[in-house]
Amino acid sequence: MATTEHTEEHQEPTRRDFLYIATGAVGAVGVAGLAWPFIDQMNPDASAQAMASVEVDVSSMNVGDSITIMWRGKPVFIRRRTDAEVEAAKETPVADLPDPLARNPNIGSDEPATDANRAAVDREPWLVMIGICTHLGCVPLGQQGAFGGWFCPCHGSTYDTAGRIRSGPAPANLDIPPYTFASDTTIVVG
Amino acid sequence: MAGHGTSNYQPKNKVVRWVDSRLPIFSLMNEQAIVFPTPKNLNYLWTFGAILSFMLATMMISGIVLAMHYAANTELAFDRVEHIMRDVNFGWLIRYIHAVGASMFFFAVYMHIARGLYYGSYKAPREILWMLGVVILILMMATGFMGYVLPWGQMSFWGATVITNLFSAIPLVGPSIVEWLWGGFAVDNATLNRFFSLHYLLPFVIAGVVVLHIWALHEVGNNNPTGVSVKSSKDTVPFHPYLTMKDFFALVCFMVLYAYFVFYIPNYLGHPDNYIEADPLVTPAHIVPEWYLLPFYAMLRAIPSKLGGVVVMFSSLLILFVVPWLDTSKVRSAKYRPMFKIAFWVFVISCIALGWLGSQPAEGVYVMLARFFTFYYFAFFLILMPLLGIIETPKPVPNSIAESVLARHHGSTATVGSGEGRPDAAPAAPKKD
Repeated sequence: MATTEHTEEHQEPTRRDFLYIATGAVGAVGVAGLAWPFIDQMNPDASAQAMASVEVDVSSMNVGDSITIMWRGKPVFIRRRTDAEVEAAKETPVADLPDPLARNPNIGSDEPATDANRAAVDREPWLVMIGICTHLGCVPLGQQGAFGGWFCPCHGSTYDTAGRIRSGPAPANLDIPPYTFASDTTIVVG
Repeated sequence: MAGHGTSNYQPKNKVVRWVDSRLPIFSLMNEQAIVFPTPKNLNYLWTFGAILSFMLATMMISGIVLAMHYAANTELAFDRVEHIMRDVNFGWLIRYIHAVGASMFFFAVYMHIARGLYYGSYKAPREILWMLGVVILILMMATGFMGYVLPWGQMSFWGATVITNLFSAIPLVGPSIVEWLWGGFAVDNATLNRFFSLHYLLPFVIAGVVVLHIWALHEVGNNNPTGVSVKSSKDTVPFHPYLTMKDFFALVCFMVLYAYFVFYIPNYLGHPDNYIEADPLVTPAHIVPEWYLLPFYAMLRAIPSKLGGVVVMFSSLLILFVVPWLDTSKVRSAKYRPMFKIAFWVFVISCIALGWLGSQPAEGVYVMLARFFTFYYFAFFLILMPLLGIIETPKPVPNSIAESVLARHHGSTATVGSGEGRPDAAPAAPKKD
């Protein structure tokens, strides 16, 4: 008799089946809902998210000078390039570059990595970049390496005078932060 | 074999009997640590299990004490470590016990793993035992890496930067994962804080997996240098006093080595750059991880693509999980596998070579050599393990552990008798309870 009952139970969902599934579903949603805060708390918090912008006075920078500032915990390179450096960068065909994208949020994505697109708008000698190697995050050394730009001491990536990757394991050109020239002598990063 | 039988345990002490009939903890100890049958031919390589248990306890005790004096804050951490070294009573000793202990722990675990590989301890019925061991190894690496970040020196900071950046190689979600790990846009206070929290947590997770590891061991029993399964009580001796004494003697020898490092060359295995406070603006000329991670670091750098290097590095660990199914030979011990024995030693040399290459700059001939040894590392598992089981003719395997022990003590007479031992039948025979 018991066997018959069981067979019948399996043929058609019962109230009990519904309750099992409903309980399970509520439980799963509850666990997932509660798990999220515990995962999300690890993301950058409000203080880190605050896009604090940094104002930099570059009036004392001569041609060939570089400075490094901190923005959102990252080093940012500001370089007033020499004419030779600009020329060297301009002469390199974009087709020769491992990463053909400018990676400059100030002019929009998908722009080719020409020197003009990498440099400050209408101020081609000025180069502002996040000083973090796109390989594994080391800080490259300036005016070193085979292309006269930056050289990462960790795993040997070489960047040219426009901060574009030329050789080594790094997959992309040095990133450019959002920035503007507030005046001829002031750069606002962020 | 384990956990069953020996039900005739009768504590003499009344109180012990009273407790044991309510919580059979004394019976459990008696069965698992006193009368537990162990193969009578275990050599000193089998003492590393006990040494590792000792190291885990040492690291937890010294670590808990260090945490009482440390502060996981980027402004304070570096100074707090020096405070431990100079101001805290015996702080220098406890810190060196902990820092050198990490190296000793990894030395012991690598010996333990190499022993398992050589004597085929990963083969049926010990697959789960082996896989739990791999889980412990990975947890140890994560714990060791996060612990190295805590002193907040230059190597701490840049090691953390490079290792967390590995995850940025994952397509699409990589950069988000890295920011999630950092809790910011660079390795910073949030990162240090969470690494401290996890560094404190993970040893307890390891301890939990160690319990499972020992449970699995005591269910299937120890492997032994012949790789032949235990067949009768003639093959075994009780754990106590035979193995407790042997483990204890090995542990004392190990502690002499450990103490030599702690008292005479405590910084020998560290990097001088870690005595420079972390500076996010200056990358050290040459970033190297701790020595026990160098082989994996060499593999990462051997591959010219970012994602490829990361995949190869993680695969080198994950591949260990499937070793029980990659090895097709029915003979467990390399003692009776002439070709596998050579392959094994070349593998050991490859690992050491990769370790050395990981400490060298990633350029020129070093990269080429790293590629060669990385290839062998994977070829050992993926090509040689499956292939040798098919093409190799194993030497005759003794019929039993007792026979092999007697053969050793009575000259060659029993060796002749062992000639009939079929290489495939003996080790594969499942044990009877």
